[in-house]
Amino acid sequence: MPNKIKVTIKLFAQYREGKFKIDKRSYENNSTIKDVLDDIGLDLGKYPIGVLMVNGRHVKEDFALEDGQILAIFPKVGGG
Amino acid sequence: MADKVYRVNMSNLSYKIEEVPAHWMGLGGRGLTSTVIAEEVDPECHPLGPNNKMVFAPGLLSGTTAANSGRNSLGTKSPLTGGIKESNVGGTMAGIMAKLGVKALIIEGIPEDDSTFYHIHITKDNVMIEAVPELVGKDNFFVLDAMEEKYNKKVAVMTIGRPGEMKMLISNISVRDPKGKLRSHGRGGVGAVMGSKKIKCITVDAENYKEVTYAAPEKFKEASKIFTKALQENPISGEGLPAFGTNVLVNIINEAGGLPSHNFRSGSSENAEAICGETMAENIKERHGSTTHGCHAGCVIQCSQTYNDKDGNYLTSGFEYEMIWAFGANFGISDLDQIAKIDALMYDLGVDAIETGVTFGVAVDAGLIEFGDGLRAFEILEKEVANGTPLGRIIGGAAGNLGKLYGLVRVPVVKNQSIPAYEPRAIKGQGITYVTTPMGADHTAGYAVATNILNSGGHIDPLQKEGQVELSRNLQIASAAVDSTGMCIFVAFPALDDPKCLPALIDMINARFGINLTADDVTNLGANILKTEHEFNIKAGLTSATDRVPEFMKYETLPPTNAIWDFTNEEIDEFWNF
Repeated sequence: MPNKIKVTIKLFAQYREGKFKIDKRSYENNSTIKDVLDDIGLDLGKYPIGVLMVNGRHVKEDFALEDGQILAIFPKVGGG
Repeated sequence: MADKVYRVNMSNLSYKIEEVPAHWMGLGGRGLTSTVIAEEVDPECHPLGPNNKMVFAPGLLSGTTAANSGRNSLGTKSPLTGGIKESNVGGTMAGIMAKLGVKALIIEGIPEDDSTFYHIHITKDNVMIEAVPELVGKDNFFVLDAMEEKYNKKVAVMTIGRPGEMKMLISNISVRDPKGKLRSHGRGGVGAVMGSKKIKCITVDAENYKEVTYAAPEKFKEASKIFTKALQENPISGEGLPAFGTNVLVNIINEAGGLPSHNFRSGSSENAEAICGETMAENIKERHGSTTHGCHAGCVIQCSQTYNDKDGNYLTSGFEYEMIWAFGANFGISDLDQIAKIDALMYDLGVDAIETGVTFGVAVDAGLIEFGDGLRAFEILEKEVANGTPLGRIIGGAAGNLGKLYGLVRVPVVKNQSIPAYEPRAIKGQGITYVTTPMGADHTAGYAVATNILNSGGHIDPLQKEGQVELSRNLQIASAAVDSTGMCIFVAFPALDDPKCLPALIDMINARFGINLTADDVTNLGANILKTEHEFNIKAGLTSATDRVPEFMKYETLPPTNAIWDFTNEEIDEFWNF
């Protein structure tokens, strides 16, 4: 078993400022979303997390990521 | 001076200014319009015949200094759904009507002489009804210009374009906003009802009104401050909406697999990045437009915008998620500027973004147009719909009828009204709202997307059935109450997550009128409105058999979630058990 996983990360709304729209990054096995958030360094004080999705399903920060998954990170957004 | 009811009879071009009946006193907005329609309109009447009425009513807080209180409600029997309709809109009308003391404007009858159209002008003590042959066959911006020239620049204006004159089911009633642009009384073909009454435009005097009075001015001020702060401090109403507009939703709904695409064949779109709110905000910045624009005076959210073309010339404003989804994801246009051009044309004609966009999606399946052919869509609207050619009438007859004419099965409507930008199979709470609301498929009636997708008011898994009926019911009751206050629907975001928001809203109503409503009273008001509307619909023939999704959603799975509509009839009908 490889000891690294590759995850596709998508950022949205204010999180894109000075960062990226989409990126592929490697992490240690059993890394959680929290680890990814620490790695990217988003301004969570100004824009708290609104929604986290992995492969289109809502998850929480302690979700353990697996190789090949797509993680989408949104600040609080709404409309209608 | 107490507020009055202004009643116009188009059959003999007369009017009366009446006292407000005691049992209408505590009502405003949707609460009032639905009550009047239920009391005065035969549910079996033809919506375009002499026995239908139109009721315009500002909300309870309209005209006050309360933030975001400028919504005006229209009630009628819808020619699209055959049921009751309440459609509310921003613009300047609600505030000006309230300040003039117009509790409601009720329009009834149809002129015997149907050779021309009329203009109704309302002042404090007088209603003028005058033939305007020079405006017949003109569209909305022409009418706006004519009215601004005739009256004070601030005059409140409602108007219909040619599709409304021709009583098309995609037609809206357009309302002037503070910058001289337009907002829409949308959905349900309400422009057709105004056309059937031979009314081209309605104006309300903005020169001689008085500021509204408050029973307890200091208490009002205090509550208003708390309320405004709740709107400004909420990350959605205070940050996301002003920065990206309602179109910020494209990406999150797409990511959840709930963005209807290719005429509801898929829940995600290849065009999402090209048309999303982030791309739109970048374009606006580069082209020196503006990401903020309020649809009514006193709006602190400013979710609308000014959208320019590549050369910095004005293209459109009020460029909303539903429009961009309908033409971008569902009909397939990948060029945001092309969608903006269609948007501007549609504002001028006064046709509904959702109804028209979904109709084009169905028109692809009918073989009338190629998927994503925005140039042809523009041409059909400009040449065929605007001139009422047979093809224009087919598109103008809306998605449900187009589907029938071409023998199609995949026709995304509930009660003949097109389903908006959230797939019911993948966002099941929203699906419950579509099938149960008396309005026909309407996303604003109970915005379960908030809790299914956006984590506002907690989270309920969008793909599971559990909890959705109760969620939708609670939201629909709350929305019916909020729609009676004149408040913008986006106060729902702080209201769902900030415990200070709703009490402040109720305190403002109490301070305005010197009453003592409790939170329970407000919930009861919402519940009563829903029941009144439901009862009207049942008498009109819209029984529980119409509280259903189109059948294809029960046997076609929706990629990428492969979700299906799996509620039983009994589970849906449980909604009305309150």
